[in-house]
Amino acid sequence: MFYREAGDFKTSYTDDSQTFPIKFDRYRYYVVLVSAFAVVPFVVNDYWVNAVFLPFLIYAIAAIGLNILVGYCGQVSLGTGGFMAVGAYSVYKLMTSFPDVSILIHIILAGVITAAVGVLFGLPSLRIKGFYLAVATLAAQFFLVWLFNRVPWFYNYSASGQISAPERSFLGVPVTGAETAPWAAYLFCLVFVVASAIIARNLTRGMAGRKWMAIRDMDIAAEIIGVNPLKAKLTAFAVSSFFVGISGALFFAVYLGAVEVGEAFGINKSFLVLFMVIIGGLGSIFGSFAGAAFLVLLPVLLKNTLVGGLGWPTDLAAHLEFIIVGALIIIFLIAEPHGLAQLWRVAKEKLRLWPFPH
Amino acid sequence: MPDQLIFGMEVVLNGLMAGVLYALVALGFVLIYKASGIFNYAQGVMALFAAMTLVGMMEGRVPFSHLINAIFGTEIHHFGWHLPGLLAILLTMVIMVVLAWIVNQLIFRHLVNQEPIILFMATIGLAYFLEGFGDMMWGSDIKKLDVGLPQGINDWIDATTFEIMGYGFFIDNLDIVATGVAALLVIALVAFAQYSKQGRAMRAVADDHQAALSVGISLNFIWVMVWSLAGFVALVAGIMWGTKSGVQFSLSLIALKALPVLMLGGFTSIPGAIVGGLIIGVGEKLFEFAIGPMVGGATENWFAYVLALIFLVFRPQGLFGEKIIERV
Repeated sequence: MFYREAGDFKTSYTDDSQTFPIKFDRYRYYVVLVSAFAVVPFVVNDYWVNAVFLPFLIYAIAAIGLNILVGYCGQVSLGTGGFMAVGAYSVYKLMTSFPDVSILIHIILAGVITAAVGVLFGLPSLRIKGFYLAVATLAAQFFLVWLFNRVPWFYNYSASGQISAPERSFLGVPVTGAETAPWAAYLFCLVFVVASAIIARNLTRGMAGRKWMAIRDMDIAAEIIGVNPLKAKLTAFAVSSFFVGISGALFFAVYLGAVEVGEAFGINKSFLVLFMVIIGGLGSIFGSFAGAAFLVLLPVLLKNTLVGGLGWPTDLAAHLEFIIVGALIIIFLIAEPHGLAQLWRVAKEKLRLWPFPH
Repeated sequence: MPDQLIFGMEVVLNGLMAGVLYALVALGFVLIYKASGIFNYAQGVMALFAAMTLVGMMEGRVPFSHLINAIFGTEIHHFGWHLPGLLAILLTMVIMVVLAWIVNQLIFRHLVNQEPIILFMATIGLAYFLEGFGDMMWGSDIKKLDVGLPQGINDWIDATTFEIMGYGFFIDNLDIVATGVAALLVIALVAFAQYSKQGRAMRAVADDHQAALSVGISLNFIWVMVWSLAGFVALVAGIMWGTKSGVQFSLSLIALKALPVLMLGGFTSIPGAIVGGLIIGVGEKLFEFAIGPMVGGATENWFAYVLALIFLVFRPQGLFGEKIIERV
């Protein structure tokens, strides 16, 4: 009925190659964008922003980044936490060293620095493949966390070893520090999320993305048809780390405000983002959002029902959360290895033919 | 002899002992990987779960008591009995076999023919599940595990080395026992794989699933057996580490210690796991001893990984791993 290619005539090549070729999809996308920018900021309160929206948006960026590496290029990385830490500490150093420069530029620069570090740790991927690579990226995770813990220059020699974000504003509105209004933090992150998603979407359907996917599907065959594995793998590491770095920077500067590296960017963070990518769907931008939403909402929901509703002790709820997350991952892998994105795709296929499937 | 050299020797000895413990965990990985191609991230959590169950059995704790108390408002904690160590170990082993069976039936049977990376993710899911489940079953407090293993400084070595070099080496009795047990375990496993019927079947499955099936080997049985064996190794590792530093969450992190060992030794080689363990154990202790103070210490967290990473760049299949041949 409403989900049809029919009647939606494309009269130019630009029309033909747009991101959402189906009219309904396109309108849905505009509706989501408008409500995210123009409705949500007016209705959210502090709790919703801090418990749901900010983590969702920030993890979505990280998941998009990791999805580019794992889902599109097939290089499994367990170093996401470490790369997020690079983003956080670079933005901290930049913010404190150049207080007059806009925070927007700081965050983008933090992404660039993380990309450089990512390329450095991506170099072994040219020799090492599969599990060996996954474990090798753990080297990045442990080494980076140790580095930020032990070298005082990174945390400006503060006594606690923590870093805390100084107050900065963007267009006259404070976005970091204690003065930040919830809607400002939300909008600031949203801008980055939308930009990341658009960039990632267009990269993955362009030449770079096709090269990544060729490498993922069979690297030797890709090499034979002329894909340079060095370039393809390293660009994937760079782009992926760029997004992960931005999400780390936002996670520290806008969301938490003060972090201790081992706690905020430990190995669990790497796994969390990886789970988001798997549950959402490997090789899908929508999947990154779906996975992030799922794993951000699940603990909130569980906590509210178990602790708030049933009056269980919090530690039991935490254990149950582990059980449920673990079981869900297994169930997802068995029932639908391609994740939530695949369910969405199947639903769309059904919608196209509905209500006359034959 | 100069002091530094003597300290260095002591560090090397301690490193060797630590390396044996790493090798013990790595062995569990190698067993499962060889037989089923599954890289079992949950090995560390299995060790934790085994140790928790053992403690729970010995102290007669009521499983899920916290949960039951929370729901029904009761106040139960212990059955009031204490099991002897050996019996508890046997019972725990039974539970690990049951666990192996459940894991195989509920998870890996449904994931046959999936990509290795999907299987790996499934084991991460399993690790999360077991972690939560173990905590819920036995409580997340730090438990003391004592099955009667000797602990503390070995006086004989202390006295002997003092006589010879004028400095007594500090070597923990537990480490010596662990080394002995690990050596025995390795010999037993190798003998099992080489000479027993089931062991040969296991190697056949490792070599080629379909060929093994066609000569009448039951894949299901072999997989349950391998997971049980891995559970047994996990139990031994859990006992050793649990006695050393208490049964607590950090026990599951020994899996992370075993990963670089595996990379170094090769995923498919039992001798590789042992040699890799020894290299990592000695390497990280020596590095911490020699370089650590210069860069702020606690290098043990990452040294093993970076060593393995650098090593892999030159030899991607590890020390003893099968050569990776790529076909299109």
